[in-house]
Amino acid sequence: MTSYPLNPTSEIRLPAQRTQPAWGKWGLRIASITYLAAFVAVPVLVINVEGLRSGWDLFWASLVRPAALNAIWLTLWTAALMTVINVIMGTLTAYVLVSYRFPGKEILNTLVDLPFAIPTLVTGVMLVLLYGPQTAIGGFFEKQLGFKLLFAPPAIVIALLFVGYPFVIRAVQPVLLTLEPNQQDAAQTLGASDWYTFRRVIFPAIRPAVVTGGLLSFARALGEFGAIVIVAIRPQVATVYLYGQVEGGNMQAASAVSVVLLMIAFIITLTVDLVESRRHA
Amino acid sequence: MREITPRKPLHFLILGIALLYIAVLLVAPIVTIVQKALANGFQPVITALSEPNVIHALQVTFVMTLGAVLLNTVFGIIIAWVLTRQQFRGRRFLNILVDIPFVFSPVIAGYSLIVLFGRDGWLTPTAFPIVFALPGILLAKTFVSLPFVTREVGPVLATLDTEPEAAAYTMGASQWLTFRRIILPNIWPGIMYGVVLTLARALGEFGAVAVVGGGIEGQTETATMFVFRALNDRNKVGAYSMSLLLGLTAIVVLIVMRLLRRSIVREQTAHVNHTR
Repeated sequence: MTSYPLNPTSEIRLPAQRTQPAWGKWGLRIASITYLAAFVAVPVLVINVEGLRSGWDLFWASLVRPAALNAIWLTLWTAALMTVINVIMGTLTAYVLVSYRFPGKEILNTLVDLPFAIPTLVTGVMLVLLYGPQTAIGGFFEKQLGFKLLFAPPAIVIALLFVGYPFVIRAVQPVLLTLEPNQQDAAQTLGASDWYTFRRVIFPAIRPAVVTGGLLSFARALGEFGAIVIVAIRPQVATVYLYGQVEGGNMQAASAVSVVLLMIAFIITLTVDLVESRRHA
Repeated sequence: MREITPRKPLHFLILGIALLYIAVLLVAPIVTIVQKALANGFQPVITALSEPNVIHALQVTFVMTLGAVLLNTVFGIIIAWVLTRQQFRGRRFLNILVDIPFVFSPVIAGYSLIVLFGRDGWLTPTAFPIVFALPGILLAKTFVSLPFVTREVGPVLATLDTEPEAAAYTMGASQWLTFRRIILPNIWPGIMYGVVLTLARALGEFGAVAVVGGGIEGQTETATMFVFRALNDRNKVGAYSMSLLLGLTAIVVLIVMRLLRRSIVREQTAHVNHTR
């Protein structure tokens, strides 16, 4: 996801602006507002109103059930663990893709977008085939190490790592590309080690992008369903719990969990917006 | 940053870690699905994919995805235009709204459609059903893939040189003519890139479509819903074949994305050179 400055530098003060028919300008504006209102604002509103319609007490009661609480907790900690790994590996991958010359780099650069292109349900199917109890890897973990990969938190984290992989890379890569080599050269000439150069010269420049990418992958992980429902229908993450409640017609429980997930997602969106607008300011 | 050829052991270590991670995380699953689906050659895959129900699921997926792409392309361009070229109160709020489908769980999106249009819903029409019917699937696919065109076209519009536009107006070109002849050629690669992303997202959507469509066999079942049902029915050949087809489509999407990205970069470089 890219963001662009809210105050475009190319301020439009064309002579033609005066001749532009007012209805055209207003028409486009109203079309945009209507489309976004109908498709985005209404669903958000509906979920919140539906969740709180029967009052706080019921909302609270359907939230503090062990099943609901466990589901939300599982979602939060698996997403957080994934984000930590993803931030490290994503930054490393972006660094490799920008600064090293090696054969097959172009293919690799294409491949890292795979999670954006492949249906997450198919991701789930692939992971079951790779890590299931009948497979070599899954069998090894279950028999030799004594724990299950599938239908357990490890599978959830692996699925989330797959789904979230491009976010940090695609946020950090463009920033790395624009870094001037001079500063790094200067640091190296003055005898700084590679690690010191990375920590003191490169990392400060990419930090906002790392934060943005990490937050986006975290937000994506909170809502992930397709991959997880295949690799771990139990223990239930929040979205799988939600799906079960909707299928079972238990709307109150579904609404309460939805409101909590939406709140978190909304806070993340606002934070990303803030980080991005500060970066472009 | 400067591109270097790895020399020191540290360079090779970092490169090795990245390559290993990609191999385990991305390549191994792909290889596994291809291996499993083609374990007995192509014939079972073709047979599984020619079942009437599968064909129907593919048709539903294709038509609904096309609808979502059309809606989001037209409105995505308009929204990008309004967000970059118009100043008005509430624009920043609108800008945030665009990103919400990125972080809104598809399951919740499907659920909100049920609250709105389901049995005893807020706005349930009496004339035709939306939930557990095709209109619901269209709405769900449109919602989840809404931001892409706007987010790809926006940055291009924001950085576009406005002088050629001004020149066109000055010489008496209409708004529409200027848009078609001056602006559209510039934002075209961005539009195409957005369209490909929208297509991939709408095509592969599962959570929202599962909730709102119900996956009724031969009616509202989409390609991803078919995989889900086939897995539950222990129809492994069917599930793996459809997964393979969807996976191959994703690879094609990736290649197209790469080619488009390259042409966008080339155009931007040309633009920079031109302004210098």
